[in-house]
Amino acid sequence: MRAITYAEALREALAEEMRRDERVFVFGEDVELGYAFTVCKGLIDEFGPERVRDTPICEQTIVGIAVGSSMIGMRPVPEIEFCDLLTLCMDQICNEAAKLRYMSGGQVCFPLVVRSPAGKWGSFGAQHSQTLDAWFMHVPGLKVAVPATPYDAKGLLKSAIRDDNPVLFIERKLLYQIPGPVPEGEYLVPLGQAKIHREGKDATVVAIGRMVSLALNASETLEKEGIKATILDPRTLVPLDRESILASVRETHRVVIVEEGCKTGGVGGEIAAVVSEEALDDLDAPIRRVAALDTPVPFNAALEDFVLPSEERIIQAVRDVVSF
Amino acid sequence: MNRPKVLAKERYLELYRKLVMIRRLEEKIDELFRQGVIKGAVHLSIGQEAVAVGVSEALDKKDLIIATHRGHGHCLMKGADLKSMMAELCGKATGLCKGKGGSMHIIDVKRGMLGAVGIVGSGMPMATGVGLAIKMQRTGQVCVCLFGDSASHGGMFHESLNVASLWKLPVVFICENNLYGLTVSMKKASAVKDIAIRAKAYAVPGVVVDGMDVLEVQRAVQRAVKRARDGLGPSLLECKTYRFMGHSRGDPAYGPYRTREEWESWKQRDPLLVLMNKGGLTSKEVEGIDREVSREIEEAVRFAEESPEPDLSSALEDIYA
Repeated sequence: MRAITYAEALREALAEEMRRDERVFVFGEDVELGYAFTVCKGLIDEFGPERVRDTPICEQTIVGIAVGSSMIGMRPVPEIEFCDLLTLCMDQICNEAAKLRYMSGGQVCFPLVVRSPAGKWGSFGAQHSQTLDAWFMHVPGLKVAVPATPYDAKGLLKSAIRDDNPVLFIERKLLYQIPGPVPEGEYLVPLGQAKIHREGKDATVVAIGRMVSLALNASETLEKEGIKATILDPRTLVPLDRESILASVRETHRVVIVEEGCKTGGVGGEIAAVVSEEALDDLDAPIRRVAALDTPVPFNAALEDFVLPSEERIIQAVRDVVSF
Repeated sequence: MNRPKVLAKERYLELYRKLVMIRRLEEKIDELFRQGVIKGAVHLSIGQEAVAVGVSEALDKKDLIIATHRGHGHCLMKGADLKSMMAELCGKATGLCKGKGGSMHIIDVKRGMLGAVGIVGSGMPMATGVGLAIKMQRTGQVCVCLFGDSASHGGMFHESLNVASLWKLPVVFICENNLYGLTVSMKKASAVKDIAIRAKAYAVPGVVVDGMDVLEVQRAVQRAVKRARDGLGPSLLECKTYRFMGHSRGDPAYGPYRTREEWESWKQRDPLLVLMNKGGLTSKEVEGIDREVSREIEEAVRFAEESPEPDLSSALEDIYA
């Protein structure tokens, strides 16, 4: 199978969906040239300036335009250059996109996808390195997708664009230029379905976004020690594939959850709660969470690495649950 | 030149009926709120009816509006069914939004009322998006975005006007300047006297309109709508008006933050009086209309009272499409 990068996979998804449905359009800051992460690069050549549209720097209005246009039949896919800037759009995302269907008694729906990259980029400092997935999990009415591979990036984005609900599509900066196998031709990855990257009987590692590749590397080291771990990626946080997580935990009896965001109030806390509510009797060890330390992300590279989750921390957490 | 045409008496009576319909509806809402029948918060637009009526008179059926938390009049004028509205205000299953929207969030998408938005200013970026969709879909519609004076002090106002002007979107931004944001006077909140002059910063027409005169509002909106339909982009209209009631709930009409004298001076310009004077309508002439409107409202109240409470399972519906 050919290999393309995560960014190329996303671009293919956008192009294919724009070809099949003229209601789909992309807009945001720098999308015509495809900065900052090249996802939209070149789309304007095929689709023109009406459907690939630069905006001023005004994030809340960018999302507001998506809310308004999706309300009357368009399928907008705005890009917010860094997920840190979603802080400026919270009203439109959480109060409007997520609520108006409910408040109207189902009169209207919002088929919009807000794409935005999260996580480490490398010394980009605390305002350009956050991972805010957990915030959006907390708002009923939204869906949240976090692809970890080029294959998932393409298939999930296509599903997100076809979904009639507002989807936060939270990408990862360090993954954009990483290639991976992506088949030619169309396929979809459904929202709400986890993927098991490898199976092992000793522990379940639930890893999200860029943490999937760290967990896979960690599992190779662990295997040399005789520990075989299942690496499971939920792929979407809302809807969350609880069944797959619980089924795996019932087989391995041990669980480690790995995310790039802060530990407190994070995605790991939610997944840990699901496991302890539903499968406490199946657990042979306390649940472990590997997450960023509860600090802003520092500029200095060594400090940044210290704060963010690492392969070593994942390895240590798995050793802990296995030896408990 | 440009002298307003003389209107037939029927036209004045028709407009009077609309104004008084909002007035009596909201008086009834106030009564039901005080009795505890309507819960939560209600924001009445008594005194501001001329804007709702003037706007809707200038629009076609297919046009769209986004209103504010003070949106009963706009919703009704866009053609919403009075009974369904009353049921919604009472939180009943038969309500426009199945009892899940309420006064602040009343929506009737089929009639082109895209929402009473409960967050000040939030309708503006949405209206910009609606305008973009209209333009891309080439439907010839216009989206009117209503907001209060306080929304014009926030960032969304400026972002939205800039983008809508830049892209020549068919949006008409209409500020209902009732002089107060909650209890804070415009004098304390705004660096400029007229919000309409802010239009200049975005290269769009900014027009101050007598918001107590339904015919003036209609004329100004018609001009702005024409401009929007002609592809020339948005306008900003500032309708100077006044709310005769408090901000919400049972706030007093005057008292700590505004004087009785001020209130009384605006009362002289009650939109109903202004219209009656212009059209030479006598109390006797409108008596029949008053009676009819009151009867319709009573029927709507009865419908709401007799309607069932929503089934509890409906709380879990309509979250996702």
